[in-house]
Amino acid sequence: MADVLLEIANLHTFFYGDAGVSHAVDGVTFSVRSGETIGLVGESGSGKSVTALSILRLVRPPGRIEPGSRMLFEGRDLVALPERELRAIRGARIAMVFQEPMTALNPVFTVGEQIAEVVRIHSKASRREAWQRAVEMLQIVGIPAPAQRAKEYPHQMSGGMRQRVVIAMALVMNPALVIADEPTTALDVTIQAQILELLQQLQGRFGTSILLITHDLGVVAETVSRVLVMYGGEIVEEAPVRTLFADAHHPYTEGLLAAMPKLGEHRDRLRTIPGTVPPPTSWPTGCRFHDRCPYAWERCALEHPPLYQIGDRHVSRCHLAEEPERRQHPHEPLVVQRAAQAGSKA
Amino acid sequence: MPLLTHASAPADALGPLASASGRPAPSDPSVTARKRRRWPSALWWSLALITLLCSIALLAPALAPYAPNEQLDIIRLKSQPPSLAHPLGTDQYSRDLLSRMLFGARISLSVAMIAVCLSATIGTAYGLLAGYIGGVVDAVMMRVLDAFLAIPRVLLLIALLAMWSPVPLPMLIVIIGCTGWFEVSRLVRAEVLAVKQRDYILAARALGAPNARLLGRHVLPNILNPVLVAAALGVGNVIILEAGLSYLGVGAHAPTASWGSIFFDGSEAFQSTWWIALFPGLAIVMTVLAFNAFGTALRDTLDPHQLAGGSTRR
Amino acid sequence: MRRYLAARLLQSLIVVLLVTTISFFLIRLAPGDPFSFGGDIAMSPTVREHLRAEFGYDRPLLEQFARFLGNVVRFRLGYSLSMHGYVGSVILDVLPRTLLLMGVALALSFAVGIGLGVLQAWRRNSWVDRALSSVLLVFYSLPDFWLALIVLLVFAYWLPIFPAGGMIDLIMHDYMPLGERILDVLHHLVLPAFTLTLLSAAGIARYQRSALLEVLPQDFVRTARAKGLGERTVVFRHALRNALLPIITLVGLMLPSLIGGAFFVEKVFSWPGMGYVAANAIAARDYDLVTGTVVVGGIMVTLGSIVADLLYAIADPRLGAR
Repeated sequence: MADVLLEIANLHTFFYGDAGVSHAVDGVTFSVRSGETIGLVGESGSGKSVTALSILRLVRPPGRIEPGSRMLFEGRDLVALPERELRAIRGARIAMVFQEPMTALNPVFTVGEQIAEVVRIHSKASRREAWQRAVEMLQIVGIPAPAQRAKEYPHQMSGGMRQRVVIAMALVMNPALVIADEPTTALDVTIQAQILELLQQLQGRFGTSILLITHDLGVVAETVSRVLVMYGGEIVEEAPVRTLFADAHHPYTEGLLAAMPKLGEHRDRLRTIPGTVPPPTSWPTGCRFHDRCPYAWERCALEHPPLYQIGDRHVSRCHLAEEPERRQHPHEPLVVQRAAQAGSKA
Repeated sequence: MPLLTHASAPADALGPLASASGRPAPSDPSVTARKRRRWPSALWWSLALITLLCSIALLAPALAPYAPNEQLDIIRLKSQPPSLAHPLGTDQYSRDLLSRMLFGARISLSVAMIAVCLSATIGTAYGLLAGYIGGVVDAVMMRVLDAFLAIPRVLLLIALLAMWSPVPLPMLIVIIGCTGWFEVSRLVRAEVLAVKQRDYILAARALGAPNARLLGRHVLPNILNPVLVAAALGVGNVIILEAGLSYLGVGAHAPTASWGSIFFDGSEAFQSTWWIALFPGLAIVMTVLAFNAFGTALRDTLDPHQLAGGSTRR
Repeated sequence: MRRYLAARLLQSLIVVLLVTTISFFLIRLAPGDPFSFGGDIAMSPTVREHLRAEFGYDRPLLEQFARFLGNVVRFRLGYSLSMHGYVGSVILDVLPRTLLLMGVALALSFAVGIGLGVLQAWRRNSWVDRALSSVLLVFYSLPDFWLALIVLLVFAYWLPIFPAGGMIDLIMHDYMPLGERILDVLHHLVLPAFTLTLLSAAGIARYQRSALLEVLPQDFVRTARAKGLGERTVVFRHALRNALLPIITLVGLMLPSLIGGAFFVEKVFSWPGMGYVAANAIAARDYDLVTGTVVVGGIMVTLGSIVADLLYAIADPRLGAR
């Protein structure tokens, strides 16, 4: 088995605002191995993006990584690392690809300059060498006429092309890990497929590990080997991708999978998970999903479930692991009941 | 829709309206407390100061010990420094400075506020028309506006007033008002153009709303904010302008007491009769500061993203 | 790019034309004419009528305008009766002095304003930011003539470091070698330029502060950090480059107020520039000179804003000027 590249232990990232403290990431633990692609899946508000930003300590005040969090990378704890050393890692050993290619690039510099800048920060290359490297990367990511394109400005390029530039910028120093935060969400479906394929190719070529963050299970199915599902600021399920799709344990994951429209299926209405994601300023007591869960019972409202081992490399944060027979008694989730009661009162 | 009857479900399942639980975590008490909108304190103290100044101006006849142009004992009370009897001293015509200052407040403040109202009205109307009608009309109107903007206001005012002097006070107000609407109309036009694109306007049009109604109900309320801010900042500008004009001898002319003309009197012999120039100067600075503080605080509260408007002086 | 320039020039031409028209009519609309009062020259009515006819003041207004326009196009701005010379040459004499003063003041204001604005944005909500905001607000609220008088008082009388006015040492200047002559002018330039800077920097600083604060939360700034750039580079290279763009447009916007400010400052410090001349012309009812001054002022402002727009077009690659 490949070595562990990044080990996140007990990560807590909180935001201190006027409306209270937001526990955006509330105890996340996972690891990424060399050459692995793992997917971090969740809805908006689940804490997945904040997790990604926390790894490189890009979370700005009023947010902060709480003491007690640990992130080991190549033997060093990223949480405690002095800023100067962290900067040497950013862009060179761990790189990020962000969601909005339209705004992720600086509008007043050419794309070539922006890629070359990464080279010049992290190596002793001259301007010319850095520029050539930039042109090389543009070619690798599949941009035609790279030498010319390098002299263009971001606004002269399409969204898909800009995302390729961002990927080129991330990979130019051959990092060990690339964190891709919803890299395809802002793009058209056809471009999405191209970008994902590009990422896979590059991974194969350079052996980079990829942490792919997305809300789209479909994206995950194609590209990753392992999936982590986040809800309520925590990881609620972790499994190899095939296992997850065939044999999901956590009711939330089940809900996500059921909600995906499938070709060949005849439905009048798409299946949804009733209710909404709770606000990170006040997570529910007990299991954070319990009021939307069709199997929940009293224990779920009172006792916060730990991660139970379900199978080989498969864990799930659900009490059903200990009382699987409860699965036979689904009912209306609490949110639906409450809504019905409120409705009848009105 | 429940698939199974209650009988077969375990007793502690969260079936219909399970009593024990389902309550969300008790909310953080600080959540509710801090949900109030935050208004900067600068807004309040500046507003208080403005109210105070306006009240003083209104009550001047009651507050002033003497009439503003009353020449008291010509020999003994000429150019006296501040004393108990005359807290701000007297000027070279033996007039009580305190009374003059109080009445001067009336003039300076009223000139400024009326002129600004005039400017705001003209500017809003012009900007609304240009922005809303658009096309060639807009282009022409904007070129004319550019021309007016290119002429330094001070220069134009001085030229006009000098040529037409002596100018009665109402005329002065009108002239100042008619030369101050350019910035406002540019602001208003920009807002109108932005609002015009918005979906709710398109929706209202699609429903067949007539233009006047659109203008009045949808467009106008949204553009008022920058106008208010510009007006607040404009008052400060006009007070300074009017003072400057009086300093040059073309504004409110003798014997009318405006802060600017008092300052003018005082600046001639500043070294010996320093109080005649100091007090109006201080009064002007304080008043303008109050209005500017109010205007900027208003701008920060209403629309922190506003970059244009108010950043240029007269 | 060329098309943009051509369109702008055409626009500006129209604006200048309008400025000329407006100035002409507004000034001529005043009652009387240059000869109505005669000043200290006792004039018999016949002489007065003769002079009026000679200078065309007895013709209908529109005809006067037509003649005026014709003259302007041929760069003949008329004759100044108070200065006894052609308006054109009078203005040409004094214009460079105002340009010098304004140029220096403009450069200083922007340097100081941008510096302060950036400092405020970088240390947002710190005591530095709040203190500066208050101080700048006070300076923004000061009347120009008042500040000029105070500055004059403090630095020329109480602490006689700088001269009390004028542009040159009237007695010694012509006998000085070139180096000293330049220093002499600079020495006289300090106080008026300083005053103008104090008045204008405040507005610029506020503008720059908002501009930078708008840019800092944007995505590409985060990308710059994620690339491993130090905070200083992120702010000064990536963020500021974007935040300086709106400042360029500010240059164009501030020109009219700078000229207006220069007017009072020139008067207080007796700086013999256009404002000074204009003030005297107004007092002497020298219509042609006044009109000429306003027109030239308008042209300067228009040219200035074209330059500002050009600079902006070059600086912002999104406008496709490259």
